Amino acid sequence: MDASAAREPIHLVVNGRARDLAVEPYALLLDVLRDDLDLKGAKRSCDSQVCGACTVLVDGLAVSACTYLAVEADGRSILTVEGLAEGESLHPVQRAFVDAGAVQCGFCTPGMLLTTRALLDENPAPTREDVLHYLRGSLCRCTGYRKIVEAILAAARARGQASAPARVE
Amino acid sequence: MSRRAPLRVVGQPVPRVDAVEKVTGRARYVTDLVLPGMAHAKILRSPYAHARVRRVDTARAGARPGVIAALSGADLTWCDPYFGPAFRDRPVLAIDVARYEGEPVAAVAAVDELTAAEALDLIDVDYEPLPAVSTLEEALAPGAPLVHTGEPLAGHFADLATLRPQPGTNVCHRFQWARGEAAAALAGADLVLEDTFRFPPVQHYAMEPHAALAAWDETGALTVWAGTQNPYSVRVELAKMFGVPLGRIRIVVPHLGGGFGSKTYAKLEPLTAALARATGRPVRLAASAAEAFQTVRRCSARVSVRVGLRRDGTLVGVTCDADYDVGAYADIGPRVVQKGTYTATGPYRVPHVALDARAVYTNTTPGGAFRGFGVPQLAWALESLLDVAADRLGRDPVDLRRQNLLAHGEEFAPGDTPIDGKLEESLGHAAQAIGWTQTGAADRGRGVAAMLKASVAPSVSEAIVRLHADGSVAVLASAVEMGQGTRTVLAQIAAEVLAVPVARVTAVPPDTAITPYDQTTSSSRSTTMTGRAVQMAAEDVREQLFRVAAEHLGVPARELALADGAVVAAAGRLAYPEVLAIRFGMSGGELIGRGVVAPGRTAAPLGGSTPFWEMAAGAAEVSVDEETGAVRVERYVSVADVGRAVNPLLLEGQDEGGVVQGLGHTLLEEMVYEEGHLLNGTLLAYRVPRADDVPRALECRFVENADGSGPFGAKGAGEGSLIPVSPAVANALARLTGVRLRDLPLTPERVWRALRARGSR
Repeated sequence: MDASAAREPIHLVVNGRARDLAVEPYALLLDVLRDDLDLKGAKRSCDSQVCGACTVLVDGLAVSACTYLAVEADGRSILTVEGLAEGESLHPVQRAFVDAGAVQCGFCTPGMLLTTRALLDENPAPTREDVLHYLRGSLCRCTGYRKIVEAILAAARARGQASAPARVE
Repeated sequence: MSRRAPLRVVGQPVPRVDAVEKVTGRARYVTDLVLPGMAHAKILRSPYAHARVRRVDTARAGARPGVIAALSGADLTWCDPYFGPAFRDRPVLAIDVARYEGEPVAAVAAVDELTAAEALDLIDVDYEPLPAVSTLEEALAPGAPLVHTGEPLAGHFADLATLRPQPGTNVCHRFQWARGEAAAALAGADLVLEDTFRFPPVQHYAMEPHAALAAWDETGALTVWAGTQNPYSVRVELAKMFGVPLGRIRIVVPHLGGGFGSKTYAKLEPLTAALARATGRPVRLAASAAEAFQTVRRCSARVSVRVGLRRDGTLVGVTCDADYDVGAYADIGPRVVQKGTYTATGPYRVPHVALDARAVYTNTTPGGAFRGFGVPQLAWALESLLDVAADRLGRDPVDLRRQNLLAHGEEFAPGDTPIDGKLEESLGHAAQAIGWTQTGAADRGRGVAAMLKASVAPSVSEAIVRLHADGSVAVLASAVEMGQGTRTVLAQIAAEVLAVPVARVTAVPPDTAITPYDQTTSSSRSTTMTGRAVQMAAEDVREQLFRVAAEHLGVPARELALADGAVVAAAGRLAYPEVLAIRFGMSGGELIGRGVVAPGRTAAPLGGSTPFWEMAAGAAEVSVDEETGAVRVERYVSVADVGRAVNPLLLEGQDEGGVVQGLGHTLLEEMVYEEGHLLNGTLLAYRVPRADDVPRALECRFVENADGSGPFGAKGAGEGSLIPVSPAVANALARLTGVRLRDLPLTPERVWRALRARGSR
């Protein structure tokens, strides 16, 4: 394709690993992650920043990768669902979703997990209202949300307990 | 001995077997799959609700670099281009006529999605717009333009052999059923109420859009990786289409990102397979969420119900005239209509009944299966009218329902399964949990509703259970995992019978080349039917273990039991690997068990007796902002009669999701058409429930009497919680405000207008 002539070089750090890529100027971050980097965790659904299924963190901020140009991510650090766990050890947010039964079809799950990670980084002890507000950009059609909200609150509590001794020291 | 031991795994809130793969992003859905040489497809869709397609010129598109094939309906001369489970009335690509806005007219396969999308612009279509019908009224008017003019071909369902299209009209099927003398009963009733209710067309919005990946191999066999709830139905459609034996078509189903009925029967698979054939390459067709609005929706309905009661509250007769809008192609709409209408009288004892329903074609997105399958439309009408009746008779709505509920063991209809649950318990629990008899806040209203639904019948499920040489177990069954948790439940059932941990059981994903026949993953049937087949297959393995061990230990098989992965007897124990080593004389081989559930046809009105009755009750507490008309559901309780909750955590999740999906069509959702054009066919314009729409208190409970026909007394669930939501909320609103709404959704505008019309109190 002649468009390849117009590819732009970008440098990303994805899940802690440096990546140098050449992408079309119109390439979406979601497609670059899924097709070029084979990170299939982020999902495509609404194409319009409504559903949150494609949510990834760019420099710690939750963004919709379906409407985010890959070139805009140049020089930035990206976290996808594949980067949440440390080895085989689940991140507390992942653990909470499993334990609370907050996963059904799983299509919204990667976006929900990263949205939760961003929320808890920003607000380590959210109220239920905080969680509901934060989830306005994250749809789920299976669960009815109740168990997702419970999982997020449980993850916050678990994190609070985990970090409490650290503060004592 | 241990055959009557307490259950070990069944009944426990076991975590999903696929939870870790899903939270780590490793779970694979169709669009995550990549094949070497894979081409990407895009669809050109009709901009008209109804148009003659005079000519489609794909030459320029086909010549574009990177395009491998461009097809129109006229090109499909090398296959049978029609499909559809009820009538084969739907062409893969429009042939001569496009019957709804968004109907596929042409398709391109190219090296990448962008190239394919750009090539669509190079396709020239010569349309002649035709008059369209986009509402039931327009479609049923005398002299209305006809959506279909020819006689459609029969589909592949034996139980739909009675389909009756009415030539010269837009009625594609009519279902009538009567018992007793309804007219006379109503004439003699002390109170007769009649009203007409409307249910909107709504979109499933399974978050994973429809997708398929098809490849023909060098032997002429076809494999399709499909996001489908019905791999075996898709296989039948493709076999007919391409004239290939069933055994040479393989449908593989990875994880589904939600279904809710939207992925029942063939959707994109025929077009994808045709493109793969035309290109000689694997082809992936990944639709967008917006295209789901152009693929399938719930059948909207206009329902007129008359109920007759005696002064003491006894129901004596019900008539129901229901028109369902099935859109431009029948899909499974005719069965939605007859299944839904069959239980129009709900879970109540009604001696005199006359039902008359029509499936009506319109020039809109085809209507098909959606959680509840025709029942929510009618429960909305009946359960609303019952509250009006209670009000007129000065009766408590819960008491009036309780008085008329069918009892356990009672006949619903001649020849069908007797009632297999105790709905009075569900209704009682729901009323109690919402505080029905307690005085509530003045600004809150409470309402209840109940439901009854038949499952598909006759139907068939088969399963294979393999016990491997290391004592691990594989369950081969074709129930599709779409979020409901069927892989987990089937693994639990096998683990229970064979006394191994769930972690030692693998539920193999559906693959028609490997996993045996299962009719469909829908109708709340998998736990009952597929689950029973798995239980039987596991029991078959257990009997084989007993035979080998009995001979080896020299004790009668009846003195043996299974525990902790071993055959145990008073004399000692043999771990499964030892039993297999004894059986085969080496460390190989496996025991294979088979289970078949096939109840067959009966004299029941729909041709087969329902394997179970799905029953549930719901109770809502609502508030309303009188300034804006906004209704808020503050509390909601669902209680389902499930026989046994094989996995209470998963079941609770199912029912919570069902309630919230029900709140969608109750308060928010409607696909709005104007002269055949869909005005809100994207997620930007079509609002589904968000987390902050969920009632602050949402509680899903179960009644468990182990009275189901499924494994360990289970019966189907997952649709029941959705169905009472609309009438429960509207009944609560009526009790709070005195206004009775007949059209869903209960938008602020509708409620505000009704409040204004009522005047101040």
